[in-house]
Amino acid sequence: MPIIRAEGLSKTYRVADKQPGLLGTLRHFVARRSRDVPAVSEVSFAIEPGEIVGFLGPNGAGKTTTLKMLSGLIHPSAGTVEVAGCVPFRRQGRFLRQISLVMGQKQQLIWDLPPLDSLRVNAAVYGIEDAEAHRRIQELADMLELGDELTRPVRKLSLGERMKAELLAALLHRPAVLFLDEPTLGLDVNAQARVRRFLADINRRTGTTVLLTSHYMGDITALCPRVLLIHQGHLFFDGRLDALTERLTPCREVRLELAEPQPAAAFAPFGALESLEGRRVRLLIPQEQLTGAVARLLAMFAVLDLEVSEPPIEELIGRLFQQGVVG
Amino acid sequence: MARPAPELLRYLRTLRRFWAASLAAELEYQANFVLELLAVSANLAGSLFTLSLFYGHGHDLGGWSWDAALVVLGLYTLLDGLTTTLLQPNLSTIVTHVRTGTLDFVLLKPIDSQFWLSARTFSPWGLPGLAAGAVLVVVAAVRAGARPDALHLVAAALLLVASALILYSLWFVLAATSIWFVKVWNATEVLRSALVAGRYPVSAYPAGLRLFFTVVLPVAFLTTVPAEAILGRASPLWVVSSLLVAAVALLISRWFWGFALRFYTSASS
Repeated sequence: MPIIRAEGLSKTYRVADKQPGLLGTLRHFVARRSRDVPAVSEVSFAIEPGEIVGFLGPNGAGKTTTLKMLSGLIHPSAGTVEVAGCVPFRRQGRFLRQISLVMGQKQQLIWDLPPLDSLRVNAAVYGIEDAEAHRRIQELADMLELGDELTRPVRKLSLGERMKAELLAALLHRPAVLFLDEPTLGLDVNAQARVRRFLADINRRTGTTVLLTSHYMGDITALCPRVLLIHQGHLFFDGRLDALTERLTPCREVRLELAEPQPAAAFAPFGALESLEGRRVRLLIPQEQLTGAVARLLAMFAVLDLEVSEPPIEELIGRLFQQGVVG
Repeated sequence: MARPAPELLRYLRTLRRFWAASLAAELEYQANFVLELLAVSANLAGSLFTLSLFYGHGHDLGGWSWDAALVVLGLYTLLDGLTTTLLQPNLSTIVTHVRTGTLDFVLLKPIDSQFWLSARTFSPWGLPGLAAGAVLVVVAAVRAGARPDALHLVAAALLLVASALILYSLWFVLAATSIWFVKVWNATEVLRSALVAGRYPVSAYPAGLRLFFTVVLPVAFLTTVPAEAILGRASPLWVVSSLLVAAVALLISRWFWGFALRFYTSASS
């Protein structure tokens, strides 16, 4: 039986319709006009206990809104949703004890105090006995490689250490479902890898169902066998990650800094021109042509700097939607 | 899963952890204690001076003797201490929670969110005010020749609780409006200034203001009514209405929070 089930889930926001400028402000003040903006439309999916599922989509696609409806923070405009046998929006104790939410840009730990103090508060809130709480903290701290960071004020911790402590705080009550919104935001590569390893670990050991959104394709490829792709509020893809990557043209992004500016047409033979600003060029080149193309670029132009990288997920998905491969 | 502790016990344990944690955080700044002590002394001295001006030329304030008026001032100092200890630090945090979105974490905890937001922090810096207020009330009551019987003392205790609850509810409702107007901090400052009116017996004010301070902004119930009880002259009508006002204010604050949350959870993104 699925632990998360969403059917026809929709959310419409009412936003103020305000013209810019002083006149617009005055008009808005006198006669307020608003319009409905759909953030999520008719999204349906089911997730089985123990799955790790990645939420993908460009900014503003409706990922966070969906996550918030699943965790009971916002009320769906239409459709039904059930998590761990409860209706999230009622936020009953039985439901809240089974879920947890981690947000990359927000923190629940008390800034001026060591994480341990916040953890004790959480233990009391969830009614966990002291000895048991101590044991769980020890166990999670070992998995997260956290030691005396737990007794140092949060403000003195690095971003990576802070996120690890946030994860500890979120998992103290052993939730059945863990929601993560951009958990690796701003972390360096090592810290990102550690967070991913931990999430995979906790999922394997405790069977916690994990649902995460991320900008970093790395998070998704390392963790999520299954992805949900959301664009403009609609669910466009629900399936295995490898099925999705097959649809995405495998490309690499090549950034060049040239000695002399060149016309856009000069790059047409190499691949798709992403941007051209003076002497700085960004190209998307199909992976199988990469070595040849780079060699030719270096031969044809006076190149000061060259960098090859995986294009950001936003761009891949953006291209995907432009090409209309899905949807 | 561990057997869940009985609800009340869980809330009490949580409260202990809340306050232990905030004490730990506050005590990092010892200089605050000295500053707060100075501030309380200066405030009290100022009020005493102003009050003495009224009594200087053989006048009195709305029929209250000097010592009786000091009981009112003592109660005001007590409530001000309570404000510094609990209301101000907790309820100003609501604004921060709304602005930074960390209210989400509070809402996802299996505990009453109004309880969390109202009791989360404990600032020891209001304790000097609480102590000074309590001492002033007792000394002034004795000097005023008050001989309250047991019944009056019980009434006074109830009325003190009622006045604290009224003050809390007013403050909480105002802080909860931050869900719509993120910058309400000024509004709570206005409230705090209006409550300064509670330094003096409400009968000292002109009839119109007296009505305002009883019906609209229930300042009368905050200090004057409990002071009457301590001085052994509370009328049952006032005691009952004070308790009623407190109960209604508390219910309104709870209802209003529910209303604000429904708005928050349907409109925020």
